This record gives sequence, C-alpha cells and structure tokens, in this order.
Amino acid sequence: MTPETLFYAIGMPIIGVFLGLVYKGIDRRVSARMTSRIGPPIRQPFWDVGKLLLKETVVPENAVRWIFNAMPILAFASSMTLLLYIPFGILKAPLEGYGDLVVILYLLTLQALAMAIGGFASGSPFSSVGAQREMVLMMSYEMPFAIVITGFALIYKSFSLSTIASTPVWSIVGPLGGLGVLLLLIAFLWVTPAELAKLPFDIAEAETEIAEGMLAEYSGRNLALFYLSDAVRGFAMIAIEVVLFFPFTLSYLFGLNLSGVALYIAEGLWFLFKVLVLYVLAVTLVRTSFARFRIEQASRIFWVYVNIIALLGLLLIWAEVM
Amino acid sequence: MAKTTYYVPIGPIHPALKEPIRVEAEVEGEKIVKVNVKRGFAHRGIEYMGMKRNAIQTLYLSERICGICSISHPYAFVIGSEKALGIEAPPRAQYIRTIIAELERIHSHILWLGVIAHEIGFDPLLFWTWKGREKVLDVLEAITGNRINYSMYMIGGVRRDLKESHIKALRDMITYYWEFTEHMKEVFLSDPVYKARTRGVAQLSKEMALKLNVVGPTARAAGLRMDIRQDIPYDAYADMDIKAVVPQDIVGEAGGDAYDITMVRLYEIEQSLDIIEFCLDNLPEGKILAIPNYVALLNKIKKTEGEAIGAHEAPRGEVIHYFKYDGKRDGPAVWKVIAPSYNNINSWAPLLLGAEVADIPVVVAYIDPCMCCNDRVAVVKDSSGRILDYSYLHKKAVEKTRKLEKELGVRK
Repeated sequence: MTPETLFYAIGMPIIGVFLGLVYKGIDRRVSARMTSRIGPPIRQPFWDVGKLLLKETVVPENAVRWIFNAMPILAFASSMTLLLYIPFGILKAPLEGYGDLVVILYLLTLQALAMAIGGFASGSPFSSVGAQREMVLMMSYEMPFAIVITGFALIYKSFSLSTIASTPVWSIVGPLGGLGVLLLLIAFLWVTPAELAKLPFDIAEAETEIAEGMLAEYSGRNLALFYLSDAVRGFAMIAIEVVLFFPFTLSYLFGLNLSGVALYIAEGLWFLFKVLVLYVLAVTLVRTSFARFRIEQASRIFWVYVNIIALLGLLLIWAEVM
Repeated sequence: MAKTTYYVPIGPIHPALKEPIRVEAEVEGEKIVKVNVKRGFAHRGIEYMGMKRNAIQTLYLSERICGICSISHPYAFVIGSEKALGIEAPPRAQYIRTIIAELERIHSHILWLGVIAHEIGFDPLLFWTWKGREKVLDVLEAITGNRINYSMYMIGGVRRDLKESHIKALRDMITYYWEFTEHMKEVFLSDPVYKARTRGVAQLSKEMALKLNVVGPTARAAGLRMDIRQDIPYDAYADMDIKAVVPQDIVGEAGGDAYDITMVRLYEIEQSLDIIEFCLDNLPEGKILAIPNYVALLNKIKKTEGEAIGAHEAPRGEVIHYFKYDGKRDGPAVWKVIAPSYNNINSWAPLLLGAEVADIPVVVAYIDPCMCCNDRVAVVKDSSGRILDYSYLHKKAVEKTRKLEKELGVRK
C-alpha cells in the first residue's frame, strides 16, 4: 500500500463528508432565506450527525436484522466510493482508470437500492410503501440518466470521466451537437432532484404521507450513516454534473498562469464554487418552488417528457457524430 | 401471483395529522382497498364540565373547545343563551361580534391554505401564507388583547368596544388582504403542480355530500348552497345580503374536490372582507352589553327557564349548541355541542377507498378537521362489553386511592 493510496483512503472520505455536510447546511440556509425564514446555522448538519451518532440504534422486532443494519453501511460505502471517481478541478480522480461513467451510474443506483432494501427489511408498512415508491422512481429516472451517459460516450467515444473532464464538451461539438448536449443537460437537471430524493421527487420519503418512508424505522448510527451518504451523494451528483457539462477551468477561461500548489488550490476552489452555484440552482431552488408529485405523475414525467428530451438530445448528437 | 396487501396505520400520531385520530388503511401497492376511521382520542369532557359551572364560566370554557377558531363556539353559545334567556344584544355589539367572527374566518382559511400546501409538500407556500396570516392576528390582538382565545363575547353583547384606532387598523387590514388574496388566488388556482395534486382528489359529488351530511366549505365545494349566515341570518348578517360561495357561481360547475374547496375558501376570504367593510360602514353607536352587571346576569339566568339552539357558521361549517336552563341554577342544565368536523369526517372513509396513499394527507386535510371539536363522547367498555359509566369509574377510583393509601400507610 503506497502512501498515496493511504491518503485517498483516509483523506477523501473526510473531505467528502465535510463538503457534503457544508453544502447541505448552505442548502438549508438558502432555502430558509427563500421562504422568509432565518434558517439554521451552516454547521447544523454536523450537529445533526453528531447527535444521531450519540443516540441509541433501535432495530424493530420484526426486521431482518442483518440486512437492516448492513444497508446503511452499503449506502455510505457506495457514496464514498463515488467520491473517488470525481476529479476535483484539475486534480486527478484517485480511481481513475479503474472504472468510468457506467460505474458511477451503478454506484448512484446502489445507494437508492440500499435504502429501498433497508426499507423492505425494516418490516414497517410505511417503509414498505416508501421502498416500493423508490423502486418505481428508480426505474423511471435511470433511463434518462443512462441516455445522457450514452450521449457523452457517443461524443468522446469513451466512458472515462477524466477524458471528458480534460476537454469541455461544448468545444468539440458543432451547433447541432451543442443543442443536443443542452437537451441532455435539461434532462440531467430533471433527474438530479429525483436521484437525490429531493422535492418535487422525494416521493419515497414523503413525510406527510408515509412518515419519511424508507427511513421511518431507522435511528441512531444507522440513520446517521444514511444522512451522511445522502449529504455526500448530493455533493457528488452535482460534482459529476459540473464535470460533464461545465468543466471550464480557471486557466481555460481566463488564461491564468499559476503553477504548483497555488494552481491546484485556485482550481479546487473554483470547482467548489461551480458545484455550489449548481447545487443552489438545481437542488435548493427547485425544492423550494415545487410541491411533491404523486408517484404516477413523477413516473409519467420521466418516462414521457424527460425521456423524449433526452432521446432528442441523443438523436441530435448522433446526427452530428455520424 | 397472489396480491399482497399492507396494513398502514395512520395515526393516532402521524405527521399528516396535527391532532389524534386513527385511519386504518389496507393498501395494495399504492391503492387503498379497505379503510376504517376511528375517533375519540381527544375527549376532554368539556360538556360535562360546563354543566357544573355557571353560564359565564361555561362561555369561557366553550372557547376552549376548538384550538383554532376560538370564536365559533362562544358565538353559538351566546346566540343560544340569549334566545333561551330572552336577551337581545345591542346593535353595536352585534356588529362587533360579526366583525370578530369574520376576522376569524380569514385567519382560519389562510391557515388551512398553509396546511394543504404543507400536506402536498409545498412548504414555501405554507410559510408564505402563514406570514400573511400574521396581519389578521395582529388586528385581533389589538382589538381583543389576545391572538387566540379572545374572551370577547358575553351573553348579551361583547366585552370590549371598537375604538377609532381599531377601525383604522381594520381598514388597513382590508386593503392588505384584497391584495394578498388576489396574489393567493394566482398562486393556488393556477399553479400546475397544485392543480395536479388536488384536481379530482377528495372528490365529493352533490348526492354524496347530501347523503354524508357534510357541512361548511366541504358542502359548498360540492355545490350545495348552504350557509347558516344565509339560511338563518343572525346579528349583523341579517342586515346584509349574504350568499353562500359555491364553485358554480365562480367557474360554472362544482367539482367537489380539494381544488374546489381551495377556491371556495379563497373566495370566502374576500366575502369576509366585504362583510367587515359593510359592518365598519354601518357600525351603530350605543352600548355594547345588554346587562353590564354580571351578577345581575347570573341572577337572571337563575330565574329563567328555557331552551334554545344557537347556530353559527364557523370557518369549517355549522356549529350548533343546544341549551336548556332549568331556572334552578346559574348555568346550563343541558349543554350539547355539535361541531362541523363531526359531520365532515364521515366523508373520509368513502373518499379514501380506492384512493392512493399519496392522497391520504389531502383527503385528511381538505375538510380542515378539528379533532378536539369532534370528540364529544367517549364510551368505555370493560372486557365483557359492559359500558362503564361515571359513577362506576368514580367508585373504582376511590377504591384504588383507598388501597394505595393503605399500602403507603397514609391512612390507618
């Protein structure tokens, strides 16, 4: 084991958890300000996690114990693995070359799946209904997501994220393909709140309907792990979006002539800033301006409208590439 | 493959419910195939307590029946009491009573709009509507001294007069709410997501509404022209021409769903503004209490024998109080309260049957249920099915106390 591997194994999760929770805090604060409230302090998610970790972990009597306890760890592990695939600015992704966009798609799915299985295993009727909803939702939003990835594979002839990150997609497509990529972006922005289980697609966790659904029976450490994986997933999902659609570096945009550590820090901060802006636009703004959909309405939105948008984008890209 | 059904217990404590009630639903996937509504978790024995007190104390007690509309029960109470006692409130008091009742309708309806927004996951709208509701609460506080439980009404009048500053505050408030409701109508009635979540949900046909005996905005949304203020006018309502707000007057046809109820409630806020404006324009001068001396009033109650029914159109529907004064004591000998939620909750079971799980909060919220109004009777049975009455429970309680005292050595 090289020291580099050790750093990634220890450093990345810490940075990832920290960033995820900070972004969650900012998201809560901005959302509160949008609805004329003051909102919690930005460090509130850290306190939440700390408090959850101190609390007792209750396992329901009729739950399948080992699945119930294993699923939070699986969700947390998959979100942590996800982080290792994301290039921070010009910093290379640790697991670069060991997987690509398809793996990312699977890792994102794995978390939702872990929550659904945990929900089923908990034996609570609320969780069962929530898990059923999550499965239906997953079947709906995976298709446009896969189409977006296929579109990128068509353009780059590769699934590798670092290849995609090194050249901005907008610079290698023509006007027709550009329109196609724009449509893919729209489809991807629709998928984002569903993937992150945020309003208007937090149907599986609807608190007024099924009392937090899949998480209804979770408490203590298990809930803290789900909370953390949710925070990290939020950051990672938006980071992927930035890498795919807005990979413009500072040096690319303004021709900056920095070198060494200063360059890495500047690019890293610029990357985090981009993620923050997109996070507020794609998650916070959307979740404060929509009501929750019913499950069949959400399915229809994805299967009909978002799919049509994504397929149209794919068609345009295909027309240009071929 | 055999279909699997889940049993989803909603309540007595559930995030969609602010008060305890139990809805036992059996769901098949997302569809509800069997439903059972159980109530009786918030019984407080207020009627029994009221019959042990004098009429003025009971009046304040009646204010505590409902948590939100604290004027609807005292209003029905004073109307019924005045009828039974043969007192008439002075005209100025009648107008002030009407103004307070309409202020309360405004705040209750805006509260409901926030609740329904919350139930479909539209929390920003909840914050926005409740922020707007502060204005009417401020005015109520300025007039009565309290935001809720105003202690404003008295048998034969009101306890506080309207001052010039109050009238100015009321007029300011009216201007504010004309603008606010205009904006609210835009947001609620044309928002596509709100439409998608409420159109066709909790749909009550006219026939069903009649059969289930629903009242208030629920009945009006189904197209029934019924409103106590229109049918049996009282106080200042008798001086104006009030028409029940029904969807067919607004959009041509009544759907009876949650969307139509939103519409009815929004237009009722405007109607209330009109009523308050009318009352302010025609506010008579004079005294505000028929019998200002409370001892004299209690003496009169002690000597009068009579019975009456007082009815008031509360924000949720009609509130009916039945009274009997027996001429022997200074409180009601019989006091029976009928709250609107009692009728309206009957519509839950048929509406939930066949609905989706996601519709449960909308169906539950659309009648604006008030459990503490609702729970009037609790029947306690022992294992053999025998109904345990008051004297039996009292005897048991005394026996247990004696036993405990003996064990602890308090009593020899």
